[in-house]
Amino acid sequence: MSTSTTTILNLPDQATATLPKRNYLNAEHGLLSWLFTGDHKRIAMLYLFSITFFFFIGGAFAGLIRLELLTPQPDLVASDTYNKFFTMHGIIMIFLFLVPSVPATLGNFLIPIMLGAKDLAFPKINLLSWYLYMAGGTFTLAALVLGGVDTGWTFTTPLSTHYLNTHVITAATAIFIAGFSSIFTGLNFIVTIHRMRAPGMTWFRMPLFVWSNYAASILMVLGTPVLAIAIVLVALERTIGIGVFDPTKGGDPLLFQHLFWFYSHPAVYIMILPGMGVISEVISTFSRKRVFGYTAVAFSSVAIALFGFFVWAHHMFIMGVSNYSALVFSLLTMLVAVPSAIKIFNWAFTLQKGSLTFETPMLYAFGFMGLFTIGGLTGVFLGSLGMDIHLTETYFIVAHFHFVMVGGMLMAFLAGVHFWWPKMTGRMYPESLSKLAAVTTFIGFNLTFLPQFILGYLGMPRRYHSYPQEFQVLNVLSTAGATVLGVGYLLPMIYLGWSLKYGAIAGNNPWQATGLEWQIQSPPLTENFLVTPIMDHEAYDYEWLAHKTEQEVTTVG
Amino acid sequence: MANTIATTHDSLHPTLEHPHVHDEHVVLPQHRHHFETENQQREAGSFGMWLFLLTEIMFFGGLFFAYLLYRNWYYPAFASASNQLSVPLGAFNTVILISSGFCMALGVYYAEVRQKTMLVAMLILTTFFGVVFLGVKGVEYHEKWEKHHIPGSSFDISEFVNPPIDAKTGKATEEPLAPDMAQKTQVFFFLYFAMTGMHALHMIIGIAVLGWLTWRAHRFEFSNGYVAPIENFGLYWHFVDIVWLFLFPLLYLINRHPLK
Repeated sequence: MSTSTTTILNLPDQATATLPKRNYLNAEHGLLSWLFTGDHKRIAMLYLFSITFFFFIGGAFAGLIRLELLTPQPDLVASDTYNKFFTMHGIIMIFLFLVPSVPATLGNFLIPIMLGAKDLAFPKINLLSWYLYMAGGTFTLAALVLGGVDTGWTFTTPLSTHYLNTHVITAATAIFIAGFSSIFTGLNFIVTIHRMRAPGMTWFRMPLFVWSNYAASILMVLGTPVLAIAIVLVALERTIGIGVFDPTKGGDPLLFQHLFWFYSHPAVYIMILPGMGVISEVISTFSRKRVFGYTAVAFSSVAIALFGFFVWAHHMFIMGVSNYSALVFSLLTMLVAVPSAIKIFNWAFTLQKGSLTFETPMLYAFGFMGLFTIGGLTGVFLGSLGMDIHLTETYFIVAHFHFVMVGGMLMAFLAGVHFWWPKMTGRMYPESLSKLAAVTTFIGFNLTFLPQFILGYLGMPRRYHSYPQEFQVLNVLSTAGATVLGVGYLLPMIYLGWSLKYGAIAGNNPWQATGLEWQIQSPPLTENFLVTPIMDHEAYDYEWLAHKTEQEVTTVG
Repeated sequence: MANTIATTHDSLHPTLEHPHVHDEHVVLPQHRHHFETENQQREAGSFGMWLFLLTEIMFFGGLFFAYLLYRNWYYPAFASASNQLSVPLGAFNTVILISSGFCMALGVYYAEVRQKTMLVAMLILTTFFGVVFLGVKGVEYHEKWEKHHIPGSSFDISEFVNPPIDAKTGKATEEPLAPDMAQKTQVFFFLYFAMTGMHALHMIIGIAVLGWLTWRAHRFEFSNGYVAPIENFGLYWHFVDIVWLFLFPLLYLINRHPLK
């Protein structure tokens, strides 16, 4: 571990330190104690492992897609197989990774502790939501094993209902079930945040991570049921042949688009908002400053959630919506940039004159700020009606949403996992390796997706498995970048796994952070707190932390 | 910062081992250890239920949205098709459902005043009315089946193209529709089956839960002041009632028009 003066690592003496004798990990033993647990922290760990598993399956498909696109000729797989590749990549990454990743793992683990509660309001429903997630995942794998789906993750009708003989219903079932998992997670968070806060934990003393998960939960609760009903209608149309989306029977495929994007555009914010919460925590901690404009950042989360519901039709500019509604949705879309920019600028002001240190989570957070800004700005391009008509369904779109969701969400997820890993496991990871991974990920990411902006601008359409010769150089660059990115993702798997057994003991508060979660032992007890805490200071109050005596910091061992 | 975050304590689960005193109230056996007070537990449960019903509104909202859209586009087809529904049966079912809602509300009351026998009786009555509702719905569905008004390959539009002649007046009972518009009655019937079917599915689930609650009430589980499951189920049941109170006018009533 680095001993340089810039580090704020405050680790216990290596020779004598041990993990606390009692903690949530060793409170009970055996597989069944995990499968029937009601402890939000154990459920978070279950999620962490299963989500990581699906991430690597989704990532494998990304690798296959990039491999096919290495050459202009369709030489690796046939076109229908290629369609199945990008569909499985999309379904797994969206519904089984990006949507649940931060809320279900970090949110589950941290929200009750951050509020000073012993658990989420409904532990059994929390466990149920993990089982629903696993059932959804199983159906997805079943669709894959049975022969795959080639609708694209959007299930666009009438393609999905009339023209394809693949396993659309199996995949639709998977998404329906996984949707209920996220409805229940969101519901549990909202009730917990409203009803389970410790004395003194007012709304404006809550960490921004809680605020952003609160906003995301509202989206989950309101948006997901609409996706569920759209998926049910697709399944009914396929099986019984009813005509709600079928134009030959009087139905309208655009109705599906409206219902689908009413969920799936807000879903982008379900993905990104919790990530923004992570970044607020990390930036504050490693700048040793309260987040600048705390209230503005808190409200901007809610504003993003609200605007998120009014912009869905920007996915439909070229699908035959009227010019007037396209204009309105174009303007509303650009409005989302305002609360997003509030966050970025406030983080920048937080950094200004802060006592910055560059620990691994901070590197990921910087990566997030850079990549998300590029993703957000290119979003303004696409929100503009005229530009959208030129760029839509090209690789520009692919690059844009990967910058937002992968560059944004995945960087934030990795920042969060590295930030709270000492709390979750009680152990540190090797610092130099983790910094290497962060830098590798950042470089690999840019190498992969920056060329795709140019490809899209030049007119390479998405979803094709062959392309004209002149696009090859940029595609080779992109595939090379994907390889580097893959290494960047594999590294944490290796060293975090290693640290579970061999990592240095982290102690309660290695980063000298202020959140309630850092004031209890690592890993925490099953009930988090033996005595309900009383919150008597603002969030991110580093002066309070500095004046705390050593004795007060000490917790049970 | 006195008595802060955590202090040493020997017992990990004080509330699990022995019921003890919280805020000078005796803790009920149903009190879950992660809630500070019973009031907090009850409020959390009720708030959770309200949120769940909000998701249900959004769930049905997609179907209502589709109905709104297609009713605007295919107004004549929707008018003719909705005249095929039986207002007396629909009205009867509305009364039945309101009665079941009334019994459920009484059930919540009797749970709160800890009258076990009346609670069980009310739950059984609620179940009874629910079953009657589904039975009437079955009769209505069967009639659609016989008239080939179930969307699909055997769907029959002849009645909409050539409406039957009324014996008394000698006029058609319905405005005749052009064949392509008559096809659109399928969209109406699909929405009819989707919306009432989704509603019936909610009732079937509700009746299953009612059976379970009745059994628990019979075992005196809701006779000690712990009434949250009854209250929350009451909210669910009333929600199902309210959905029907929107469906009935939307599907049965609003497109009806006197024939010229």
